[in-house]
Amino acid sequence: MEEKKDVLILAVESSCDETAAAVVRNGREVLSNIISSQIELHKLYGGVVPEIASRKHIEKINQVIEEALSQAGVGLEELDAVGVTYGPGLVGALLVGVSAAKAISYAGRLPLVGVHHIEGHISANYIEHPDLEPPFACLVVSGGHTHLVVVKDYGKYEIIGRTRDDAAGEAFDKVARAIGLGYPGGPKIDKLSKQGNPDAIRFPKAHVADAPYDFSFSGLKSAVLNYLNGCRMKGEQVVEANVAASFQKAVIDVLVEHSMMAVEEFGFDKFAIAGGVASNSSLRQAMEKACRERHIGFYHPSPIFCTDNAAMIGAAAYYEYMAGTRHGLDLNAVPNLKLGER
Amino acid sequence: MKVLGIDSSGLVATVAVAEDDNLLAEYTVNYKKTHSQTLLPMLDEIVRMTELDLSTLDAVAVAAGPGSFTGLRIGAATAKGLGLALGKPLVEVPTLEGLAYNLYGTSHLVCPMMDARRSQVYTGIYGFEQEELKALESQTAVSVQELTEKVNGLGREIIFLGDGVPVYRDILCENLKVPYHFAPAHMNKQRAGAVAALGLRYLAAGRTVHAREHRPDYLRMSQAERERAEKDGAC
Repeated sequence: MEEKKDVLILAVESSCDETAAAVVRNGREVLSNIISSQIELHKLYGGVVPEIASRKHIEKINQVIEEALSQAGVGLEELDAVGVTYGPGLVGALLVGVSAAKAISYAGRLPLVGVHHIEGHISANYIEHPDLEPPFACLVVSGGHTHLVVVKDYGKYEIIGRTRDDAAGEAFDKVARAIGLGYPGGPKIDKLSKQGNPDAIRFPKAHVADAPYDFSFSGLKSAVLNYLNGCRMKGEQVVEANVAASFQKAVIDVLVEHSMMAVEEFGFDKFAIAGGVASNSSLRQAMEKACRERHIGFYHPSPIFCTDNAAMIGAAAYYEYMAGTRHGLDLNAVPNLKLGER
Repeated sequence: MKVLGIDSSGLVATVAVAEDDNLLAEYTVNYKKTHSQTLLPMLDEIVRMTELDLSTLDAVAVAAGPGSFTGLRIGAATAKGLGLALGKPLVEVPTLEGLAYNLYGTSHLVCPMMDARRSQVYTGIYGFEQEELKALESQTAVSVQELTEKVNGLGREIIFLGDGVPVYRDILCENLKVPYHFAPAHMNKQRAGAVAALGLRYLAAGRTVHAREHRPDYLRMSQAERERAEKDGAC
């Protein structure tokens, strides 16, 4: 029998504020995963500034790719393809990775595989879970996205729920700013919540009429801001830890509730989470518990694969590559790219 | 020596390959299509037409700014990716020097100007002395009023070019006190042939950078940085 040849993919990611490159073997084995984070830079502005992000990407892009190749001990000539995030994201930021990846694929005579950023996040779960294969349901939660996705097969997705307004991570950032925690809000609220009472304040849990899987977080965010204002007007002391814990619980309750509803409705025995907010310790615990109660396998990536990274893009690119996906030299950045679109 | 020239700093997307005293190919498109979709297919066309082996290039010359922030980065990322994959250095050609080089050899002064919005132009004033391009005013972002005062002060006949000309032509005509001309269509926008030819000279002079080091010279802070600096200054 002919031995199956390894497939080595160089992956590039620059959709938001991390410049990242990785080398991934056969979609699941990460040989290198280099991330240059810009968080410190954007902290000064309380959020990601697109032009500053783009400028930083162009400064770092080659260094990050060179490090990924050298750490993996792989030369360009040994690669089988170049994978790159081409959407969704900040257009100026995406263009840096897309333009560099295209040039490398062209000069290196390597096939080019464009990858959807969310497909990358979902595929992050394959890296550490050799047993995880579609079909399963996946909740993608980050600063820019809140999607409940049915993964029918590799590369085949159906979004069954999405946020109508703010992404979950965005709500964390805004509430963190309101209680003076700074940016990025997710990890800070997660940490502070551990010292607070999640049942101290009852914040509303929004449901969207006629769309049981959809999310809405702007009402919750407003309720927190109103609560803070009310306390200030009445001269009452605000216990930040209680606000953080109660807000976080309101978000997590809705995420768990909708996710489990989907799992039960579709009859899946596997459920995964992905995206930056998937690092949140309380969310993980709550999901783990809910899945255990239902005898469902629960999957989540390590924090390093939850944040924006290129290893996840390499994992997704592998399955796209095997399915025959190839992009041309005219591949463009698509800031509002839809999942499953080609 | 063989150099690939790339300029996507403005509305024009342009790619060329020059070898010593020959321009092997140049592909210039001034049409509303995104540079990220056109630049590499244009290079590919040149490669196929001229049976070019990219590994025979000595360097990649790229318009290094100023210009459209996104346009500059598309060119920069393309050049950096090529440099990385081919193991070749880059030559950073200031955008306005590349533009001025279109008019090589004139005894008049040359003033390329690009519309920089916010009532400014990216511009510089150049002349040719002993077959060398010399900057009398290095590239910068200024108002057209300030530019015309400088040009009047120099008191020499001058040729204007660049995408800033149609925007500010009337103001120039009203305020200039020196003889002036506007360059014709074939030389009044970015041409990668000029970027590559000037790139050859800079390469010969050892003016190269590692592809890793290249970053565009925007001549301007981002809006967020500017507003933050203004706020800090006001405090």
